[in-house]
Amino acid sequence: MAEEIRLMKGNEAIGEAAVRAGCRAYFGYPITPQNELTAYMARHMLARGRTFIQAESEVAAINMVYGAASTGARAMTSSSSPGVSLKQEGISYLCGADLPAVVINVARAGPGLGGISPAQGDYFQATRGGGHGDYYTIVLAPKGVQEAADLTYEAFGLAEKWRMPVLILADGLIGQMMEGVVLPEPIDPVNLQRKSWAVGHSVEMARPYNHISSINLIPDELEAMNRKRFERYAQIKKELIRYEEIEVEDADIVFVAYGTSARVSHGALQIARAKGMKVGLFRPITLWPFPYEQLYRLAERGKRFLCVEMSMGQMIEDVRLAVSGKAPVYFYGRCGGNIPSQEEVFAEALRLSGK
Amino acid sequence: MEIAYKHPKSLKSIQTKYCPGCGHGVIHRIIAEVVDEMGLQTRAIITNPVGCSIYADMYFDFDSVQPAHGRTPAASTGIKRMLPDHLVICYQGDGDLAAIGTAEIIHAANRAEKFTTIFVNNAIYGMTGGQMAPTTLVGQHATTAPEGRDPINAGMGYPIRVCELLASLEGTKYLARGAVNNMVNIRRTKKYIRKAFEAQMRGEGFTMIEILSQCPTNWQMNPVESVEWLEKNMIPYYPLGEIKDTLSTAAAPAQAH
Repeated sequence: MAEEIRLMKGNEAIGEAAVRAGCRAYFGYPITPQNELTAYMARHMLARGRTFIQAESEVAAINMVYGAASTGARAMTSSSSPGVSLKQEGISYLCGADLPAVVINVARAGPGLGGISPAQGDYFQATRGGGHGDYYTIVLAPKGVQEAADLTYEAFGLAEKWRMPVLILADGLIGQMMEGVVLPEPIDPVNLQRKSWAVGHSVEMARPYNHISSINLIPDELEAMNRKRFERYAQIKKELIRYEEIEVEDADIVFVAYGTSARVSHGALQIARAKGMKVGLFRPITLWPFPYEQLYRLAERGKRFLCVEMSMGQMIEDVRLAVSGKAPVYFYGRCGGNIPSQEEVFAEALRLSGK
Repeated sequence: MEIAYKHPKSLKSIQTKYCPGCGHGVIHRIIAEVVDEMGLQTRAIITNPVGCSIYADMYFDFDSVQPAHGRTPAASTGIKRMLPDHLVICYQGDGDLAAIGTAEIIHAANRAEKFTTIFVNNAIYGMTGGQMAPTTLVGQHATTAPEGRDPINAGMGYPIRVCELLASLEGTKYLARGAVNNMVNIRRTKKYIRKAFEAQMRGEGFTMIEILSQCPTNWQMNPVESVEWLEKNMIPYYPLGEIKDTLSTAAAPAQAH
């Protein structure tokens, strides 16, 4: 049988992917531009007898996730930029307690209340931990509805494998636009294994009592816990880095962009190639861990880089770290909720090609 | 001969870090006794809050989850929703519940979340060293109320009666206030806890036992003075008893296990 292709909004596809991944608990608070996701979860989680709570705040929602995750259940929350700021406390605690969870950020323009249009100004927050203390979260950046669904589905397994939160960094465009999507196979949560580290069912699991906590007042012990976590991070860097390269082989100028700005840059690439310009695209899919080495190898081959972002320039710092001075890195960005057009990006590439 | 009184299974036989005269130890003990009596040790989960009782997970001999400050009811919500057949004990102090976590407790109560909150009210911040709590009495001294709590002129507000505040919410089914300043009150408090735990296991809705408790260290008294101070000052402002009881009348009376 041919695969069913459904026309869905990004927000709804993320919700359906979570339901199919066996998410047992969703907690959220209304915020634009991700409201369809919360509404989707209300309909589809409750209809399946799973937990849906419209929480009193983003802070409460992420801490409900913390509680549900403590039992080993697949749990998720979603929000948009200002709401994700509120969740940072909980994300830090999830990391400190080594709990899996999925957090969706359908990002909008900031700072402050900012606007409700798409933006990529949350890159620093997403890739540098975001809250207090030494930690990272896995950050996955989809470029469209299909990838948003696929990465959300996969995020639950990654969160469990690495015992940490996985953040999906989308934006208002990906959340709001409709595209065809092939949805993954549904997993019934009752078929998911109980976790030996979780609370509850200690007799069935034949284990000693478990204590989920992030506190340790003994500096040597806390340092050892942090070092152990960073050993895991090192392993993630070896196993998980993902990116897409388009026509980089012969390219003189390589766009570096993720998510929506990568789609736009791909359009600019096609314009440029039609005019005979050697332009490529490097699209990080994992923003943490970031593909530093892969970019470095391109830099060694004499490429120049144009970092395209819907911000004043955040990922560009990672691009500069990656190329380590081996190659010039230029920047083109729009912000405030503006999305650059492919013509704008092409014009910038054209300007650089004259240099 | 049967042993009539022994150390509860659900409480480890170790020295606590609590100060001499602190009420937490007694409160831990009566909770553990009720858990044992109900045969729920293997299905009990405590959320130990930020504050002195963050150490509760070292003393209770069952599963535990340590949430962020004030988010204890949110975390308990997540746990209980996933494990409805487990006993979830949301242990909170007055800072955790009535200051930083006010939103979480009100909405958990309003949603009739089916866990039991044990609210330890000692009218002061213990772990951080004697700052004013939302439940600090008018005139009571604290490091952040050096001349005593002054509700109007210094803008410090009034002590919050949490049971009475929550009683108006439909989701709250059983709210009682006990104290651990003497044996009579301790026994009565234990009965409230038992009634709340039984209601929780029947899935009736939100239950909370507020417990007035001594903090001799931060009240700057010796333990004997502190139990007297609690009786003379706290009980008149925070009346003891069952503040609200709308539990199902059809429910079976408490059975010994």
